[in-house]
Amino acid sequence: MTTLLTLQNETLGWGDTPVLTGVSLTVQAGERIALLGPSGVGKSTLLHAMFTRLADQRVALVPQEAGLVAQLSVFHNVWMGRLDDFGTARNLRTLVWPTTPEQAAVDAVLDRTGLSGLGRRRVSQLSGGQKQRVALARALLRGGDIVIADEPVSAVDPTQARHLLTELDCTFQSSIVALHDVHLARARASRVIGLRKGGIVFDAQAADLHEADIMSLYA
Amino acid sequence: MSLTGRHLFIALVASCCLALVFADLSSSGPDPWLTLNRIGQGILMPYFSDPMLLLNAAGLTLAFAFCGVAFGAICGLLLAPFYRIRWVRSFCIAIRALHEIFWALMLMNITGLSPLTGVLAIGLPYAGIFAKVFSEYLDETDARAEAALPFVTSGLVRLLWVRLPACVPQIATYSLYRLECGLRSSAVLGFIGLPTLGFHLESYFKQALYPEAAAVFFVFLALILPLRHWVRWPLVPIFIATSIWGLIHLPFPPMGQGAALRFLQDLAPAPMRTGADWGPWLGKVLIGQAIPGSIATLSLSQIALTGAALLAALSFPAIVPRVVGRIGAAIGHGVLVLLRSTPEYMLAFILLQIFGPSMLPAILALALHNGAIIAHLLGRQSASLPVRLDAPTGLTFWGWEVFPRLTGTFWALCLYRWEIILRETAIMGLLGIGTLGFYVQMNLQQLRVDRALILLLGTIALTAIIDALSRHLRRRMQNAHSLRIEGSRGPTGNNAKTEKPDHCR
Repeated sequence: MTTLLTLQNETLGWGDTPVLTGVSLTVQAGERIALLGPSGVGKSTLLHAMFTRLADQRVALVPQEAGLVAQLSVFHNVWMGRLDDFGTARNLRTLVWPTTPEQAAVDAVLDRTGLSGLGRRRVSQLSGGQKQRVALARALLRGGDIVIADEPVSAVDPTQARHLLTELDCTFQSSIVALHDVHLARARASRVIGLRKGGIVFDAQAADLHEADIMSLYA
Repeated sequence: MSLTGRHLFIALVASCCLALVFADLSSSGPDPWLTLNRIGQGILMPYFSDPMLLLNAAGLTLAFAFCGVAFGAICGLLLAPFYRIRWVRSFCIAIRALHEIFWALMLMNITGLSPLTGVLAIGLPYAGIFAKVFSEYLDETDARAEAALPFVTSGLVRLLWVRLPACVPQIATYSLYRLECGLRSSAVLGFIGLPTLGFHLESYFKQALYPEAAAVFFVFLALILPLRHWVRWPLVPIFIATSIWGLIHLPFPPMGQGAALRFLQDLAPAPMRTGADWGPWLGKVLIGQAIPGSIATLSLSQIALTGAALLAALSFPAIVPRVVGRIGAAIGHGVLVLLRSTPEYMLAFILLQIFGPSMLPAILALALHNGAIIAHLLGRQSASLPVRLDAPTGLTFWGWEVFPRLTGTFWALCLYRWEIILRETAIMGLLGIGTLGFYVQMNLQQLRVDRALILLLGTIALTAIIDALSRHLRRRMQNAHSLRIEGSRGPTGNNAKTEKPDHCR
């Protein structure tokens, strides 16, 4: 197994204020990691640090605020996942004049995320759940070795959430996903990392995890 | 139906095409490159032939600016509490609709070339602007502080104790910004005869003494570029006192006996004074001058607005480090600062020497100056946009992330500059282009004051219409925005307030 990234007793935070201290962990290729913990505990900080350490991999990112450009169409926001594959001239051309193959590629991932036929819709006109699907569609179109997602399914219902996470698993060999739904995390992930009060409380294989461990996070 | 950028884009392009039908864009100068080459040499090797003269003109430029802006600020502050009263508001709208140069042209017939003409020409329109802006500041103060003053019923006490102190910082910032505008106005007043830097710039240019003209221009830049650094509030009373002292001791040619009275009498339409027929008089003023002048003013301003919008959209990435890199952004900043510090009229005058008489120099000057201001504001706002960790860089970042996010702001700024461009376009007539200013000046030279007055009223009406239209469109865009805007971006209202000091008129 190849090691994707290693953190060794690190202090993570924004500027001078540490959010997480003493963080040590290793991520292997093929792992499906779920991050659990109450809101504001530092899940986004940890994901941010992991993303910056993965510079030499092809990473697909799904940020918490989805990072969409509301003024552009769904097509444009999804295609953004592949902008770094092309030069500036082609990207500016795609902005004003998308070709049929480009549209077809986007339509394919829109079908997988339940957004069929919405390619021309402006993102500003979408609901919260639809926006999350657009962000996921972008990651699917981008593809790559690993996906890093921050609460990617918080605004969709549980059935759809399971379906969308399955789609991610089909595309990416490895994944690191912050979730707030404990059952979803235990059902989908191979490994669960629990965060609480400035540090990692547990880091275990999903099968070895006890209910008490998880309850301790939210107590 | 909500108004989107696409509608405005189509309207702007359509109106620009229509305007091009009426526009004269020929470049009739002998050889633009020859003049440009000689001006370029002058800029590279400026010649300070008469340092005392330049120093004197620089001092007077500052003196007019300080006195004019101080007069405007004091009058504005006194008017601001009463701005809700309808006739006060109408009065303020009317005095600020007339450009400083129009005020100077009219006042010259009453106060001659005396310093009072320059001070009032800046001070009167600025008083109208200050009154409006200060009244907005007063309205925005925290109502809770006022409610905490239980037993005080006097409005004056509440104003002086609570509302005024609460907005002193905004008033100070805005006044400093206005001083920068005042300095530009003061320099431009030199073009119509006041002893400021513009006077010498014009005369050197007309004699083709480009190294000397470049020296004047550099002195102007040396005053205005570091303005925010050398104007310190504790020193302002000293600056103003020195300015008043300097202007009082300025010699000026005397006015003829009774000239002012005659001018005031002549303001009444000729048929009223002489009993002549109204038909031919109205025909000459309206059909012969007001209509062609308005068409030229509207078409020139429309093309200039389109040019400014285009330039702003294309040039603002030049100050965004993620697009052009740190060094590129520094260079971009330098160019934009230079363009927005130079008054449109001065820029148009210089371009006129290069391209010869047509609408082209005025269009270029207005587009460059206003485009630079919009670009600066867009660039500054782009710094506060959220950037994804995996966002692209370079022009891809501009096209896919920054510009789409800023389109709402972009159109609001364009609409905001629309009225200002129109007001400035009217003035361009003094350079020989057939806008309303051309006919105003012609009538004043022929002592047909009554006709000039009608044309000025027409200018005010045109400005008011564009202002109302721009306001209406901005409100409709904002409504559309508040429905669609993402929570993270916050209401545009508060941002617009803090941005205001940079919207120069």
